[in-house]
Amino acid sequence: MYPPLPNPGTGPSAPKFGEKDLVRRSASTVTPPAQRQTQVAKLIDVSKCIGCKACQSACQEWNDLREEVGTNDGTYNNAHDLTPASLTVMRFTEWDNPETGNLEWLIRKDGCMHCEDPGCLKSCPAPGAIVQYSNGIVDFDHTKCIGCGYCVKGCPFNIPRISKVDNKAYKCTLCSDRVAVGQGPACQKACPTQAIVFGPKDDMKKWADGRIADLKSRGYKTAGLYDPQGVGGTHVMYVLQHADKPEIYAGLPNNPRISPVVELWKGLTKYTGLAVMGAVAAFGFVHHMIAGPNKVSAEDEANASKLAGGKS
Amino acid sequence: MSGNIDSGGRIHPGDPVVVDRYTPGARANHWVTAICLILLALSGLALFTPSLFFLTGLFGGGQTTRAIHPWIGVVLFLSFSGLFFRFWKLNLWKREDGEWIAHAGDLVAGHEERMPEVGKYNAGQKMVFWGMSLLIIVLIASGLTIWDEYFFAYTTIPTKRIAVLVHAISAVLIISVWIVHVYAAIWVRGTMGAMTKGQVTGGWAWRHHRKWLKDLVTADRQR
Repeated sequence: MYPPLPNPGTGPSAPKFGEKDLVRRSASTVTPPAQRQTQVAKLIDVSKCIGCKACQSACQEWNDLREEVGTNDGTYNNAHDLTPASLTVMRFTEWDNPETGNLEWLIRKDGCMHCEDPGCLKSCPAPGAIVQYSNGIVDFDHTKCIGCGYCVKGCPFNIPRISKVDNKAYKCTLCSDRVAVGQGPACQKACPTQAIVFGPKDDMKKWADGRIADLKSRGYKTAGLYDPQGVGGTHVMYVLQHADKPEIYAGLPNNPRISPVVELWKGLTKYTGLAVMGAVAAFGFVHHMIAGPNKVSAEDEANASKLAGGKS
Repeated sequence: MSGNIDSGGRIHPGDPVVVDRYTPGARANHWVTAICLILLALSGLALFTPSLFFLTGLFGGGQTTRAIHPWIGVVLFLSFSGLFFRFWKLNLWKREDGEWIAHAGDLVAGHEERMPEVGKYNAGQKMVFWGMSLLIIVLIASGLTIWDEYFFAYTTIPTKRIAVLVHAISAVLIISVWIVHVYAAIWVRGTMGAMTKGQVTGGWAWRHHRKWLKDLVTADRQR
């Protein structure tokens, strides 16, 4: 068992990180702090998950969210998808293992992966609406969100959701408010099987190694850690029984990265676009300086009079 | 009616000769479109680059900018459609347009007398017209694709990514075309009157659109 995080004291305590610990801020430049905080991570061990949804309940409870009463779509998925009120959902997959003939019930807790290279933040046009702290948490500041949905397009994992109520983007915060006072995320706290553990990322990797060794000893030859390097690694990681094919876990992307289309849009297009518009305007300005105005001459008017006057 | 004039053109002899170029309807239609285009450029640029995000202040903040931009786009699309149906016929490509393009360097260098005689629109104006028409179709189509407030469910995220890229690139192009359009109106003195008062002088028409002027005179004689 991973040693549980101690309960907090009852007295007030100062947050452990804040504005001064930002390493990235959307649509703005920040000077990263000289010293990075210990990187944190949430490790989700799919092989230990029993699908109880305590994490979903705890998430709604802590964040004061209530999902609408839904319908049964014939699966255990409830809610059916991430929503502004369901920042995490369990995705249930019944997978027929062709090698063993076993039916495996794969239950993946979906939610923000807290990428080291966050596509949402890089797409966001609103200064400060998305921030990344030096401990790895990617958080949304709803006071600055404009609801454009660019984060939805930037995210390689299809995570952010725009609320129909206030037109703002919502996703898992990794319980930044709890982590700031030394607590783990609400989902981790509620998990009865320690399928979710939380701590320094290095410790989480070590803990995952033990889990993977255990899974391999039980015949899961391709068990492994999901910490995709295409997005610089993530601060939410999975232990997967079949790490060679993450897509069987309800479409977990194999080797995710920020879409090249998004990179082209936010990179080359932005700079070339400004240059092109500036160049066209500058050409007009310079041309007018050199060539001067194109004026109608008295001769032109006389010619016109002659042409028109011929009739009257 | 000859192929170089439309119903709005009319010639008034005098000193100088005055020529009607645009009807009040065409002018109102033009200025509604112009205002929409400027508002769209300002609100669009605000979301295009962080260095211009401050422009959202003109629209009452980021949320309202995001909400209002597509609606202005719809108004522009409808308004420009009006312009399109008013102007498309005289903007069809003609034989002299190729020659005009070949002499475009002379125009820029100030030798307009070497240019071929043209009708109501020269090849440059025609390119602005068709460029705007094409880009507006691309912009409204890509814009609807990323109008997530109402149309999120109809396309996939990879499609929206392409749409947002196409929208940005075509916006850059249409703003560039718009700069050319505005600069031409400033550089060629006497042009603004066409879209404000609806009239230009005979000399302006002789200098820049001689075929149009000649056909107007002919039509006037036949009247």
